[in-house]
Amino acid sequence: MERFEIQQPAELLLPEAPDPWAYLRRFTTARIAIGRSGGSQRTSSLLDFRLSHARARDAVMTDFDVAELDDLLKNAALETIHLASAAQDRRDYLLRPDHGRTLAESSRELLSSHVGAALPDLVPIVSDGLSAVAAVRHAAAVLVPLLASLKASGWHISPVMIVPFARVKLQDEIGAALGARFTLMLLGERPGLGAPDSLGAYFTHSPGPDKSDADRNCVSNIRKEGLEPALAARKIEWLLKESAHSGLSGVELKDSEPTSRLPDT
Amino acid sequence: MPYSITLGRSSHHFETLGRLMACATPLRSGDVLAGVAAASAEERVAAQFLLAEVPLEDFLNHPLIPYEDDEVTRLILDSHDASTFRSISDLSVGEFRNWLLDYETTGETIAAIRAGLTPEMVAAVSKIMGNQDLVLVASKIRVVTAFRSTIGLPGCLSVRLQPNHPTDDIHGIAASTLDGLLYGCGDAVIGINPATDSVPAMDRLLHLMDDLIRKYEIPTQSCVLAHVTTALRCIEMGSPVDLVFQSITGTEAANKTFGINLGILAEARAAALSLDRGTVGKQVMYFETGQGSCLSADANHGLDQQTCEARAYAVARAFDPLLVNTVVGFIGPEYLYDGKQIIRAGLEDHFCGKMLGLPMGCDVCYTNHAEADQDDMDTLLTLLGVAGCNFIMGVPGSDDIMLGYQSSSFHDSHYLRQVLGLKPAPEFAEWLEKMRITGQGRLLPVEPKNPLLAHGKI
Repeated sequence: MERFEIQQPAELLLPEAPDPWAYLRRFTTARIAIGRSGGSQRTSSLLDFRLSHARARDAVMTDFDVAELDDLLKNAALETIHLASAAQDRRDYLLRPDHGRTLAESSRELLSSHVGAALPDLVPIVSDGLSAVAAVRHAAAVLVPLLASLKASGWHISPVMIVPFARVKLQDEIGAALGARFTLMLLGERPGLGAPDSLGAYFTHSPGPDKSDADRNCVSNIRKEGLEPALAARKIEWLLKESAHSGLSGVELKDSEPTSRLPDT
Repeated sequence: MPYSITLGRSSHHFETLGRLMACATPLRSGDVLAGVAAASAEERVAAQFLLAEVPLEDFLNHPLIPYEDDEVTRLILDSHDASTFRSISDLSVGEFRNWLLDYETTGETIAAIRAGLTPEMVAAVSKIMGNQDLVLVASKIRVVTAFRSTIGLPGCLSVRLQPNHPTDDIHGIAASTLDGLLYGCGDAVIGINPATDSVPAMDRLLHLMDDLIRKYEIPTQSCVLAHVTTALRCIEMGSPVDLVFQSITGTEAANKTFGINLGILAEARAAALSLDRGTVGKQVMYFETGQGSCLSADANHGLDQQTCEARAYAVARAFDPLLVNTVVGFIGPEYLYDGKQIIRAGLEDHFCGKMLGLPMGCDVCYTNHAEADQDDMDTLLTLLGVAGCNFIMGVPGSDDIMLGYQSSSFHDSHYLRQVLGLKPAPEFAEWLEKMRITGQGRLLPVEPKNPLLAHGKI
């Protein structure tokens, strides 16, 4: 899977009682020069760390506010369909990745009732994944401009599928059921300490059970301090159109995409 | 070969030795995910009763993965020394545990029978051992290796300095490296996980570290944790490669998904040895492992994840490594659910590696979706220190901004050295004093004119 990321800018926030080399903090967001008491961490850096971890944990455990996301999408005149994966709850989702990769039986039936005469060019899917906060905060901000632009280019877009507790591969089942040319899944990424609300976008050309991660493209680190949602929308649109044009996706698309390389800083 | 036991009114039946091993394994989410875990707590203990009675010889006679199907099995059986094994061949798994705990059994005694041990025997005995047994027996064993520093001596604890950066930014990596050195860390290796696995990226990072190590005459070694084939190409083009890194696992099929086999590892080791860059030793390989990698690659052959992990150590020991690191909590909660499972796995891996003669270190770590926190890591860190772990990671403030997980901090190594009276590798300890970074075992206040800081002002 090819990944596209943007590095967050280094902030020069100084810890209390830093080490004399604190000026090096402008080169990295790593927790360097944080000072010490004896050989141990000072109270302030210990608590800073705990706060970051608490936010990341809360991001993982927060319930997916499906209604809020639904409102954001409907306000932009986007239709939605609510589906469920086979995962029973968050614990089951974390322990059984296979459940997050499959649709619940009831959702299969619901989906089959939506198969229409015109097969969609793109099926957009949103899930909380490992950060519901990311999905609620950024998914609409990516989808609204992206889908408007694709529609203007003549793409036939299905309603947005909202699926709690999904893994990336679930898009293959949904896409195959609807005969989609592309699926695009936006879901909350595993929260890092500095980034509890990072959204990832994964798209697949000709989705189906035989597809693997190597067949997908990923645009990651979508959040205000990382790759801004509006920029992410443009990037995804460019990649989707490139993929539609070349018929390639995943690792193969990488080599034909000049901006895919990380900036050489 | 089926195994059966009746405990009170209930009887338990296990169809194969592999099944018995899996059911005897202390509960962990990865074995449940694989569908190989015991169905109940009682079934688990029943399996342990039966496993305790299995003669060690059975592991030679009934390979868990057939000899014909798997090159790791062939490596294990072809390198097994039958004459050494004779002295313990009449022991069962349970008797072997008793033998290991005996006052008379020392690190030297264990080393003397080591060539007769297979990973499966070691994994089996670990399954019936408690955490304290894993600590006690491991603490008897010292495995000492060397390149520019000597790692694993009694009373020593070394640190891998891990200065990762999300875009491999040279200045960002240099800043974290200086931070670690000024905190007295880096005697095991300065090891960077690159964001981009490519020859030019690796070459650039290698030169950064080589310049630093030579300029300040730091008695340590560098490593870029790129794929072994990337390292080989760097060696061919003349890059300053100290150690060759590779992630390895315990089955041929899983190693294949990592793009490696035993042949390519041998080729890489020979290439690194040909550079002859070590001063006090010639061990040039750095391996990383971790429970769950075989299942993750869909190549576990129905075995439990801890048995697969022990088999990875057979791969490691064939290449005389400087460092072996079990990255225990990185894989996530579907394999090791919480702090309890991570702690247990860390102790098992350290024990099994040491039993097989490996210079074991541990990445004491967790991800944000695991049920674990710093307190769990403090516990595992302390237990591993008592068990005599060769090295741990050193990450600025525990927060790896590239890999997005939490590992041990530079500060953590000072905690462990203080409470257990441990020292860095002797060559590195001497350098730290010369550089006025430490004195009498303590960190000194760093003067602004410290030469390392002068380097930071690039």
